[in-house]
Formats: sequence, C-alpha cells, structure tokens
Amino acid sequence: MIDNPVDVGRRRFLTGTTVVIGGLGAAVASVPFISSFQPSARAKAIGAPVSVDIGKIEPGQRITQKWRGQPVWIVRRTAVMLDTLKALDGDTLRDPGSEESEQPGYATNAWRSTKEEYLVLVGLCTHLGCSPSFIPEAGGETMGNDWVGGFFCPCHGSKFDLAGRVYKGFPAPKNLIVPPYRFETDTRVVIGEDEGGAA
Amino acid sequence: MNAAAKQLTGLRDWVDERFPLVQLWNDHMGQYYAPKNFNFWYYFGVLSIVVLALQILTGIWLTMNYKPDAELAFASVEYIMRDVEWGWLIRYLHSTGASAFFVVVYLHMFRALLYGSYQKPRELLWVLGMFTYLALMAEAFLGYLLPWGQMSFWGAQVIVSLFGAIPFVGETLSLWIRGDFVVSDITLNRFFSLHVIAVPLAIVGLVFLHIIALHEVGSNNPDGVEIKKTKGPDGKPLDGIPFHPYYTVKDFVGVIVFLIVFAGVVFFAPEFGGWFLEANNFIPANPLVTPDHIVPLWYFTPFYAILRAVPDKLMGVLLMGAATNILFLLPWLDRSPVKSIRYRGPIFKSALTLFVISFISLGYLGTQNPTNVLTWMARGFSVIYFGFFLLMPFYSKMDSTKPVPDRVTDK
Repeated sequence: MIDNPVDVGRRRFLTGTTVVIGGLGAAVASVPFISSFQPSARAKAIGAPVSVDIGKIEPGQRITQKWRGQPVWIVRRTAVMLDTLKALDGDTLRDPGSEESEQPGYATNAWRSTKEEYLVLVGLCTHLGCSPSFIPEAGGETMGNDWVGGFFCPCHGSKFDLAGRVYKGFPAPKNLIVPPYRFETDTRVVIGEDEGGAA
Repeated sequence: MNAAAKQLTGLRDWVDERFPLVQLWNDHMGQYYAPKNFNFWYYFGVLSIVVLALQILTGIWLTMNYKPDAELAFASVEYIMRDVEWGWLIRYLHSTGASAFFVVVYLHMFRALLYGSYQKPRELLWVLGMFTYLALMAEAFLGYLLPWGQMSFWGAQVIVSLFGAIPFVGETLSLWIRGDFVVSDITLNRFFSLHVIAVPLAIVGLVFLHIIALHEVGSNNPDGVEIKKTKGPDGKPLDGIPFHPYYTVKDFVGVIVFLIVFAGVVFFAPEFGGWFLEANNFIPANPLVTPDHIVPLWYFTPFYAILRAVPDKLMGVLLMGAATNILFLLPWLDRSPVKSIRYRGPIFKSALTLFVISFISLGYLGTQNPTNVLTWMARGFSVIYFGFFLLMPFYSKMDSTKPVPDRVTDK
C-alpha cells in the first residue's frame, strides 16, 4: 500500500459523470418546485363563466361583476355616450381601431362590443393592473374641460374613452381588455364564454 | 481565583478543545482592530443588525396568531391588535421596525457614499451589502401583502404586474408569481411562506457573508486611510483599536439612544402620519375597487416616482430596475484616487449633494398624485439620479483632490 499512485484519470471520470448525472437530476427535480407556482386546478376551475342579469341596468349606468377574481364591467351606453366615441381618432387615441389590443373578433369594431349599447370590459388597467374609476360625466374640475367621459386610472393617470380605448401620452400601452362573452337572452349575458366555447 | 471562576475557565477550555470559541471571539471581537476614528455614521451597521434581530423576534410572535388566508388575514391582524395580550405592541414593533430598517440601511449606504467605503478592496463587501438590500426590499414587499388591506392588495397587484412588462414571457411570469389570474388567497399564502422563511434566511446568510467580508478587508473610516498600512512592532495597526471593548461599548450607547427614539415612535406615533401604516390599509382588500390614491410605503417611493415619470410601460419598468441595480456598479464607476469626501474636490461634493436632493425629492414626488408639473419635476430629478452614476467615471477622475494623510486624523 506504500506506493499507491493517485489515479487522476479515474477521479476525473468519477467527478465528470457524477456532475453530469447529478446536474440532470437537479434540473429534473426543480420541475415540481417551479411548476408548483402555477395556478392550481382549483384556481383554474374558479375561472368558470358567469351569467349576469343586465335587464336592470339604467342607461348610462355601470355594474361590476367578478369573473376569475377580476372586476368585469358592463356599461349600458346612451346615444350621447356612443356619439363621443365617433369624435375620437388617432390624434388623441393610441389604438383607435383596437388593432393591437385584446378583444374577441366580434368586439373589434368602433364601439368594441357586439351590441352598441352594452360595453363589457375587464376592469383592470393594461398598465399595472389597477382598477380605473368610471367617470361618465364630461368636463369637470379634476378631469378638465376636454374630458368627454370615460375611465381614469388613479394609480398612474391613464385615461380611457367610453369604449375602453386608451388616450395617447399615458403609460397604459393597450386598450382595456374585452373578455369573451355572449348574450344568453336579451337581458342576460354570459362572461367568459362565447359561441366558440369557454375561454 | 475562586472556585466558581475556575470552573468557568474549565468549561471554556473544555469547549475550546471541541469548538474554536476563543479564536472566533478574538478574530471578530477581542482582537479585531477597527480604525480609532469612527464617527456618528458608523452606528448604522450595528443598528441594522439590531433591527434585523427585532424583526425576527417580533415576526415569530406575530406568526403565532396571524392567519395567511384571504378570508381570515385582515381579521387576524385586528385580533392581534385588540385581543392578543400585548399583541398591539408586538405588531407595532414589527411595522415600525420595517420602516426603521430602511432608515438605518439608507443611512448606512449613504455613509459608504460619503467615505468611499465601496472602493477597492471593499468592492465585494459593497456587492454583498447590495444583495442584502435587494433581499430586504423583497422582504418588505412580501410582508406588506399580509395584512390584506386595500394598499396591501393593490400594491401587490401593481408590483407583480411590473413583471408583465417584460416582452414575450411577462404575462406568464406574472401569472406564475401570483399563482392565479389576480392577487388572491393563493398569492397571500405563498407570500407568507416567502416572507417568514425563504427571504429572512437569505438575509441572515447575506449579513453573515457581509460581516465575514468586512472582517477580511477591515473597516474603512472617515479619512479613507488604510490602517493596515501602518503597523506597530506588535503587528497591530497603530490607528486601530480592538473592537471589544472599545466599539462594543460605543455601539451599546448608540443602540440605547436608537431604541429610545424607536420606542417613542412605537408608543406615540406608530402610524407616523400615514408614512409607516397607510390609512387605506385599514380597509379590507377589495379586488373590485382600487383606492383613489395608491402609493407604496416611503422607502420605495423614489423608485416609484421614476417608474411613473416614464410614459412607456416597458421603459418605465426597466428604468426603475436600473435605478436600484446601478448601485451595484458603484465601485467601478468611481475613478477617484481618494476615498473620503474629506479629500475630494468640489465636483464630487456638488454631485453628491444633487444626488441626495434628487433622491429625497423623488421620494416625495412618489407619494403625490401625478400632475403635469410634478411629472416633469420627477423626470428632471430622474435625470440627475442617473447622471450621478453614469457621469461618475468622468467627474470623479477630473475632480481635484487634497493630499490624504498617512494616518487617521483626530477630527
């Protein structure tokens, strides 16, 4: 046992193979820990569609409904409100045609809804997710004389018109999101589901 | 020597044969030589350790009654405040401790700016400290969700949404952090886990590394003179004094004075006019309504003001991230041949003054509603903030300097 030369090649082989196998093992073992942060089956199930009675909304009124834990607004727009949308264009709005914003195909139009009268929006700012305030009245001290009514985010000052389209010069990058929805009857709307199925 | 003392010495020797007790004591206390000219600014290191210990102690006690459940969390905090014996005190110690932590850490970092304590050979010491600072920011953010008030909820919603600005993977990443489509019970539960276990462990580990690195290179001092360069015949630095008993006694006095002030806040102004505990956080979280005026707590507002000053989502998030992370580069941005502000020229002194003014102003602007004028002011101060760092390689090099003495001065 006196002259027992160090077998460097063998040591290197053992180190190399254990590092490779151990590294692979560590990488695979990290999968459950990282995946465990994903929404659980229960969290996904709570995202099921909700049915809302819209028969009692007064013209010009907004109601708020919870869907997937998020506020969803339904606004019954008056003819005056719809007229304000026509006056706004690319000079003041960032994406007037909603080409770069999120909405189902049937809501990609000037009023961003299937029926002109009813606007359905996810009530979270596309900037950092605060819920904007509904300020339907035109003008006013806080909003200024050129305000025609819409939504105002108190967190970082983004402004949206009565179709949820964002004004230029504010941090929100896109128009407010329109969720998938369909009319079950004339007075009942289902949020989170459309003719194409559940979202 | 009486019998009791003999037994005690015997016990020490018994331990010392099995664990390097005496050696550890001498290396880090009894024979750790620190410069003899430490001043007021050198209190804030030890004070941050005191606050860390306080946060861990009060945190353990809060955990005994707090419920990390969206249905129960808000009420359990009120239960601690009203029904648990001394619960109000433990909770106020913890909430005041959070703000006090940032006060002492910001002053500790400012000390490093004043005396060039991040310069060679203390680059790694500074970098370890910066990691601790980032971990502390994460810890404060995670903990702020736990009372489940309106500010907790919407603050978390905004900060998690920041990650959504990252191109391509952003939205998936936000969803992954929240574990749900919005901040929810799931988010609260995991933030609780991270706040009480993961991040505190990381902070304690980083503080340990920070102190090991400090004791390896030795402390800087208000003159920026390396005391190890001038040693006496016994091999000890001539301008150094043993940490114990000289600085343990000095620090004890500082800790007591700090605790008096701290207790004053805890007992007489625990909400500190809305700066330490915000009024909106006394309203339970409502995922459907954002409060009219949401602001982060004061220690994040400088960075928040930078975020808001940028009219583009991704650029805003990037600049806010850069504003904290640029501090990592400080040791390599500063090209001055001298460390301490005492021997620096007028350019550095002006730059540092402007930096402090812009940092405090941004902190103030971050708490205000963003009007046009205030947004433009925030833009101006953001430019100064970044200018301080980005132009440092130039102005710190061309600035005039005074000759640095070989030994520390008595000032």
